Parts: sequence; structure tokens; C-alpha cells
Amino acid sequence: MEFTTLLIIIAQGLAVIAVLMTFCSYAVLAERKVSAWIQGRVGPNRTTLPVIGAIPIIGPILTRLGVFQPMADGLKFLFKEDLTPGHVNRNLFILAPVLALIPALVTVTVVPFGQYVTEAGEVFPLVLADLDIGILFILAVSSLGVYGIILAGWASNNKYSFLGGFRGSAQMISYELAMGLSVLPVFMWVNAPGGESALNLHAVVQTQEGVWLAIWQPLSAFIFLIALFAETNRLPFDMPEAETELVGGFHTEYGSFKFGLFFVAEYAHIIIGSAVFVVLFLGGWHLLPGVPLRIEGLLGAIVSVGIFVAKVAALVFVFIWVRWTLPRFRYDQVMALGWKVLLPLAIANLIFYALVIAAIDSLI
Amino acid sequence: MALVVQRKPLSWLENTYIPQILGGMKITLKHMFAPKVTLEYPEERPVIPENYRGVPTLVKDPNGRVKCVSCQLCEFVCPPKAIRIWPGEIPEEAETAHVEKEPDDFEIDMLRCIYCGLCEEVCPEEAIFLQDTFSVTGYSRDEFKFRKDKLLQLGGTLPDKHYKWDKKKEAALRGNEH
Repeated sequence: MEFTTLLIIIAQGLAVIAVLMTFCSYAVLAERKVSAWIQGRVGPNRTTLPVIGAIPIIGPILTRLGVFQPMADGLKFLFKEDLTPGHVNRNLFILAPVLALIPALVTVTVVPFGQYVTEAGEVFPLVLADLDIGILFILAVSSLGVYGIILAGWASNNKYSFLGGFRGSAQMISYELAMGLSVLPVFMWVNAPGGESALNLHAVVQTQEGVWLAIWQPLSAFIFLIALFAETNRLPFDMPEAETELVGGFHTEYGSFKFGLFFVAEYAHIIIGSAVFVVLFLGGWHLLPGVPLRIEGLLGAIVSVGIFVAKVAALVFVFIWVRWTLPRFRYDQVMALGWKVLLPLAIANLIFYALVIAAIDSLI
Repeated sequence: MALVVQRKPLSWLENTYIPQILGGMKITLKHMFAPKVTLEYPEERPVIPENYRGVPTLVKDPNGRVKCVSCQLCEFVCPPKAIRIWPGEIPEEAETAHVEKEPDDFEIDMLRCIYCGLCEEVCPEEAIFLQDTFSVTGYSRDEFKFRKDKLLQLGGTLPDKHYKWDKKKEAALRGNEH
């Protein structure tokens, strides 16, 4: 590989990660603002920057929206004293937050976030790595994220962290099954018999030019969404954290920058999860069901990315909205829901769509 | 007799909890757009009720005279012994010479004060009032010892119903007939 090509690839990767990190910090802001609004509060509205905040009209509006708050939050994580308690397993303790963040950043490489249509009408996805095994890669790598949680719980040498870590792993295993099974009908649908077969995510989006898969397969989408809530450790499935039961769960012993990494990883997981959901079920960058996006050139690329980001943002809002609405499940309820309800439901769903596809195939 | 409340069994749909979850989300969404209850404190101030017991202050009468006559009743009644008064004479040639006395200095230690309002209750001259100041800040203990100037500044002037000393002066000019 030529040196310049390598450089371009690295630059692209860094750009995507930078954008993702910005989204993460603004997801934190959204979390704080939405929680405040839901609870009848105002939320962060004081933090300001010297020059931009002083611009008349725009400055105060941005300040009231808390647009500058993420910078202050980031600085806080950076400048707090980085404690490593004496009773922890030092190496694993430091490794854990890194292991939590890396899978989240790796999965973003295969998620297509837009398209580029040439004048000849050829469609190229905007994606870092257009892998043929896209969804497999995502399922495989994103579940590695739980290693960060388990190791953090183990290395902290603390009963609450330990319980949190183990709950996290058990939950991850339980819901991974339902998640994988709920995705299968999607790919059975996309890879209609006789056609080209691929697990490619771009192919999934292209089949949704007409009707979104959430409309064809609402149950798959529903199971996938619930499993996604569990996989990202969000309320009502935040078993590993469970402040009221386990102090802070796996990150009880963490502070400053290491905690910041966990924090960013959580939001990165939410954003990537939302992006995958949008790709699989909500038509990716196609504006509405039945309204395919076919604008050529750079403008089309920008519009497609804009639509995709808007959909992801809406889904992140749903994540936050659910978090501030529902109380936490009891642990045994989480397990019962995963194994006794979602798994059978996902299997039934799979069989049903297998029959439907077979019927369509034999009739038409 | 114990009353047994009959509970209606949940229907199939209710057992999935989905209608309840959606209902909850509807409620939170409604709250999101409802008016906020936050009082943005330093800019917005709470409404202080009329009979609020804030910081004790010394007041002046509408003639601009310090109403306190340093009788020291408040000093004696003060449960935490927060008040200290240094009584002083009023010079003969002063305009207010007809008034009995005036405090040379008056000190309330705001770190000791318990805002009980006994000083206000006991004051025969209606000279000390617990008014609407509720936030006292300072960098040292000494800053919390409010002296006469500060107390008068906080108290301001309150309307007077009696003009007791004006009446006494008039009576004295008329020869104190009873």
C-alpha cells in the first residue's frame, strides 16, 4: 500500500472518530438537558466562552442551550486528580476503560453513514470500511465492549463493582442471543433467494429505498431495540451500574479521566447502536418510506449524511427519553425477560419470516 | 372486619407492560414541554412572605432617627446571646435630645443568631425587625458581626404609627399636663 493512501485512510479514520467523539459529548449534553426538561428543570445554561458567548443574541441563546457545557465537562474529566486506589489490580484497572472504549470506536468503521451517487447513477456508500460481513463484524466487536465492564468490576477488587461487572456480562450474553436472532430475518429478507447474497450494511439500506424494514418487520425491530437497550446498559437495563443498588457498579472505583473513558464509551455505544438500528430498520439515509434519496454528487452526499445523522439523533433522544421515564428492572426480571420472552419471541419471529419468505418465493 | 380489595387480573396486553410504558413516555414528553419550575436564583429572587423572619435589622423612623433607645431588652432576651449593645447618651444640644438614649454601637453576631425573632417581639420601641434579607455571606467570622451602621443600612426606614418621642416632646413643651 502506498504511503499516501495509508495517510488518507488514517485521516479519514481520525475524522470519523473526531466527529463521533463530538457527538458523544453532545449526547451527554442532550442527556442532561432532556433529563432537566422532563423533570421541569432548565439544565446547564451558564457555561459560556469569552468571545462567542459575547456575541449579541446568538451568544446568550447558545449559552442557555448549554452548547459550551461539554467543553467544561471534558476539561473537568481531564484535570481531576487521577486516583488509582491501593487495593486494585493495577494493570487491569487501567486496561478496563480502554477496552470499554475501543470496541465502540471500532464498530463505527463498518457503519455506512451516507451515499455518493455518481452522474452515471452508481451508488457508493460513505463508509470507512465497506465490509461484506458488516453486521457480523458489528455484533462480534460490540459485544467485546463487555470485557471492559467485567475487567473493571474484577480489577476494582470491590464487591459492588464485582457484582456490577458480572451482571453486565450475564445480561450481555442473554440479550446478544435475542439481538442476533432478531437481525437474521432482516438479512433473510435482504438476501432474497436467487439474488446477490451479502451481510453488507449498505445493501440493507439500498433495499429500503421503498419501504423501511421496520414496517415489514416491526417485531424484529422491536426485539432489536430492546436488546440494544440492554447491550448499551441503558435504563431500564442498567444492571451493571444500578446506582441505587451497587453504588456505581463497575465504575465505583473510577474517577477523572478513566471514568471519562467509560462515560464516552457508553454514549459511543448508544450512538453506534442507534446508527445500526437506523441502517437496519429505519431506512438509513432515505428520507421517508417510499421516498428514496437519489441526489447526485456532493450535495446528495451531504443531504444523505444529514438525514442519517438526524435519524440517529432522534433515536438517541428516544434512548434518553426512555431512561428518564422508566424505573430499573429487578435483576431476575431482566434475566426472565431475556430468556423467557425475548429469545422465544425472536425464534418465533425468525421462523415466521422464514415461512413468509418461502411462501413469497414459491408463489411468485 | 378486614376488607379484601378485589384486584382485577391484568389483561394480556397489560401484562406486556407496553401500554403502561407508552403512557409513561407520554407523561414525560408532556412534562418536557411544560413550563419549568426552576427559579434561576441570583437573577430571579423568591417572593418573600410579609412575616418572614430574615436577618434582624435596626430601623429608623420617618424622621430619620434611630429608633433604638438601647434599653438592652433584646440583649437580655436573646437566647443565643448574639446581641451586644453599648448604650450611649445623646448630647444636650442635639435635635433629638428629648429622646432618652441612643446606642453608641450595636452588634449582632449573625453566626450566633438563630432567627427566633424574640428581639423583635420584646422591643418596646419597635426598633428591631426581622426583615426579608435571607442570604448572609462573608469571608471571615468578623464579617458576620454586623455593627450598627450595617444593621441600620439593612433595616432602612419603616413607617411609624406612634411618633412616641414627638408626642413626648410636644407634651413636654406644653408643660406635661396630664
